[in-house]
Amino acid sequence: MTDVLPPGRYFTDGNFASTEGAILAGCRFFAGYPITPSSEILERMSKRLPEIGGHFIEMEDEIGSMAAIVGASNAGMKSMTATSGPGFSLMQENIGLGMITETPTIVLDEMRAGPSTGIPTRVGQGDVMQTRWGSHGDLAPITYSPNSVQESFDLTITAFNAAETYRQPVIIASDQVIGHLSETLEVKSEDEYEIVQRQTRKVRNGSEDVYNYSDDFVPMFVSGTGFRGNVDSLTHDEKGYPSNEAYVEKKMLEHLLNKVRKNEDKIVKYEEFYLDESDIVVVAYGITSRAAKYAVKIARKEGIKAGMFRPITLWPFPEKRITQLSQRTKTFIVPEINYGQYSHSVREVGQIETKEIHFTPGAVPDYKVILDQIRRSVS
Amino acid sequence: MIKESKINHDQGNIWRTPVNYERFPKPKGKIHIFPERCKECNYCTNYCPNEVLERSTSVNVYGYHPVRVKKGKEDSCVACGMCQTICPDFAIFVTEVRQ
Amino acid sequence: MTSLEFHPKHQYVREERFPHVWCPGCGLGILLQSYIGAVEKSGIPQDNHVLVSGIGCTARIPGYVNMDTYHTTHGRAIPFATGIKLANPDLKVTVISGDGDLFNIGGNHFIHAARRNMDLLVICSNNFNYGMTGGQHGATTPPTSKSASTPYGNIEPAFNLPHLAYALGASYVARWTVMHPRQLVKSIKTAMEVKGFAFIEVLSPCPPNFAKFNGFADGFEEMEFYRSNSIVRNEAKLDDISIDPFHGKPVVLGDFVNRKRASYVTLERELIKKSMEGSR
Repeated sequence: MTDVLPPGRYFTDGNFASTEGAILAGCRFFAGYPITPSSEILERMSKRLPEIGGHFIEMEDEIGSMAAIVGASNAGMKSMTATSGPGFSLMQENIGLGMITETPTIVLDEMRAGPSTGIPTRVGQGDVMQTRWGSHGDLAPITYSPNSVQESFDLTITAFNAAETYRQPVIIASDQVIGHLSETLEVKSEDEYEIVQRQTRKVRNGSEDVYNYSDDFVPMFVSGTGFRGNVDSLTHDEKGYPSNEAYVEKKMLEHLLNKVRKNEDKIVKYEEFYLDESDIVVVAYGITSRAAKYAVKIARKEGIKAGMFRPITLWPFPEKRITQLSQRTKTFIVPEINYGQYSHSVREVGQIETKEIHFTPGAVPDYKVILDQIRRSVS
Repeated sequence: MIKESKINHDQGNIWRTPVNYERFPKPKGKIHIFPERCKECNYCTNYCPNEVLERSTSVNVYGYHPVRVKKGKEDSCVACGMCQTICPDFAIFVTEVRQ
Repeated sequence: MTSLEFHPKHQYVREERFPHVWCPGCGLGILLQSYIGAVEKSGIPQDNHVLVSGIGCTARIPGYVNMDTYHTTHGRAIPFATGIKLANPDLKVTVISGDGDLFNIGGNHFIHAARRNMDLLVICSNNFNYGMTGGQHGATTPPTSKSASTPYGNIEPAFNLPHLAYALGASYVARWTVMHPRQLVKSIKTAMEVKGFAFIEVLSPCPPNFAKFNGFADGFEEMEFYRSNSIVRNEAKLDDISIDPFHGKPVVLGDFVNRKRASYVTLERELIKKSMEGSR
C-alpha cells in the first residue's frame, strides 16, 4: 500500500475523506482528544500515521493537543488536530499561539449543537464566529467550510496549502452531518494535486532575524537545524525577542493581519448558483447550503428569481463579491443552524435587506423553511 | 620528618589540613567584572571564601552599586570560581593566572 | 575589568539581551547558568538541544539561551515540547518553567507526560509563589506561609513534587536549590542522559514577593535559610520530603530516583517499525 489513498471512487464519509486528504497533503503528525463527532478522524489517524512513518498521539485534552501540533510544526512536521465545539473552545488559547508565532497547523472543527456540551451528535453551526474571533487579540483567520465528502477531502488539502503559505493555523469548520455523511468521493492520483511544501530557513547560528515584517512570506526555521532562533508568544520584534513597546506591537500585528488581508483575493473561494438576474440571494454554507440549493432550485421552477451564494472560505469574508451582489440584488437570505451569526457580516457588508433563518441546532435544516422565506420575500 | 596534620576548628566543623599541604602552590585567580550587569544581589560577596569582593560606591547605568575587588585583596583570589558559578547575572568570571 | 572581555559561557547565551529581566537576588540566573553548564558538559551538540518554557519569570530563561528556544503559552510547555520531541526524536528537549506554570495551570500535562514516560527533561524552578503577577499563593506554597493572596497564612497543603513525579512514573527525580549550583549542573547533566521523563525541582528565591511576605530581607537571606536547613539524602523516603521549613522541617535535597522504564519514544519507534512492516 502506498502512503496515500490510491486513486479511484470511494463511498465513504466526511471524516474518512478529511483524514485521507490530510495525509495526501503531507500531514505526518496528529495530536487529538476524542470528541464526537470527530473521533473517527482520530481513530483513523491512529492507524494510518504509524504505517507511513508518521506520529500519532492521543493527548490528555484539547489544550495539550493544540500545543503539541504547534510544537510539532515548529519541528518541521505538517500537523493537524480534529475536534468539535467544546474542544474547539479549549484550543483557542494555542490557536492564538500558532497565530503569533506564525506556525502552520490545521484545526478541523466539526460543529455540533451548543452552547457548552450541547447535543453531542447533532448538527450545529454555532462556532462560525468563534472561528473568526475565538482567540483573544486581533486575528486574521482563514476558515474553510466544506459541504460534501468530496470537499472534506479537497478542502483539507487546500487548507494545508494555505497554512503553509500564510504560516498560521487554518481552521476547517465542518459540521456533524458532513463528517458522518456517506457519499461518493473521487480521488485523483497523487501527482495531480498541488501540494505546498514547507519552506524552511537555512543555518544561521544566530546571525539572521527570525521574522521580517516587511515581507509577507518569510520561511520559518525548524528546530534542530542550527538556526538558534527564539519563538515567542509575547509580542516580539523581528529578532523574535519579546518587547513591551507599542510600536513593536504595531509592526508585528500589522504584519500578521496584512499577510492575509493583502492576499484575500487569492484566498477567498466561493460557489455560485443561479446568480444571473437574481433578486433574492440565499447565502448559505456547510450542510445548510445543500438544503438552500434545493430550495432555490424549486423556487426557480416556480419562476422566482432566486439564487444561492456559498462562501467556501467563511473567513476572510468574501467582501468584494457580497458587495457586488448587493448592488443588483434586493434581499439576502441567510439560513444557518444557529440564531444568527454569519448573517451579521452579510448585513454589515451588503447594506441591503438581509433576512435571517434560524434553524435550531440539533436537526438537519429543512429546505421548506428556506423555500417559504424565498416565497415570502417575493410577495 | 613526619609532620603532624593540623586541625582547625571553625564553627564546630573540623577541617584537617593535609600533611603535604605546603608542597602545593596556591592557585591565583584574576576576577573580571561586567559592572553594567551587576545588580548587587550580594551572592558573590557572601560566598567568596576569601572575602575578596565588596559592594562599590560607584553607580552603574541601572542604579546599582556593582561589586569590586577589595583594596589590599587583589592577590587573594584562589580561582575557586564560586562567584562565577553563583552569579545570577553573568556579571563576573574568574581566570586562573599562571604563576 | 572591561566589557570587551567575554564571559566564558558567552557562546551559549544571547549576550545582547543582558542584563536580564530578573530582580536583584533572583536565583533564575543561577539556574540559567547551571542549565548551560550542563549543556556544555552533556556532549550533545548545542544545536541538538531545544529549550521550551511556559509563562512566568522562569519561562523567560529560554529567551537568553542561544539555541532553538520556545516561549509558549501558560502551562502548555510540556505538550508543546511533546510535539517537538515526537516530530524530531533526535533532539534533546528540555522544559524549564516555574511551579505555577507546571503544577497549577499545567498540572494535567505534567502528570500525563510523566505517566507516558515522555522523553523530556522538565526543570521546575520552585519559588513557592506566582512571582511575575505579584506573589500570589500557588500549589507549592508551604502551609501557613504568607503571600499576596494568603495574608492570613496559607491553609492549603502544598505539592510534594519529587514524590508526585516518582508516583507518576518519572525515570529520574531530583531536588536541589540554586545555592547548590555544582550539584545542580551534575544533576541536569545526568538527567539529560536519561531515557524517559526526568524531573528536577530547583528551589529558588523570590526576593520582592515570597521573601518579603515571609520576613526575609532579600533573596540571599531566603536562600541561606533553605540552604542552612537542608540535608542531602539521595535515598530519602519520597513521601516524607514535603517542604515545610517554617515548622522546623529540614529541606531534603538529592538525586532521588534514576530508574529504567520503557520510554515513550522507544515504544513509539517500535510501534511505527512494526506497523510499517505490517502495511507492506
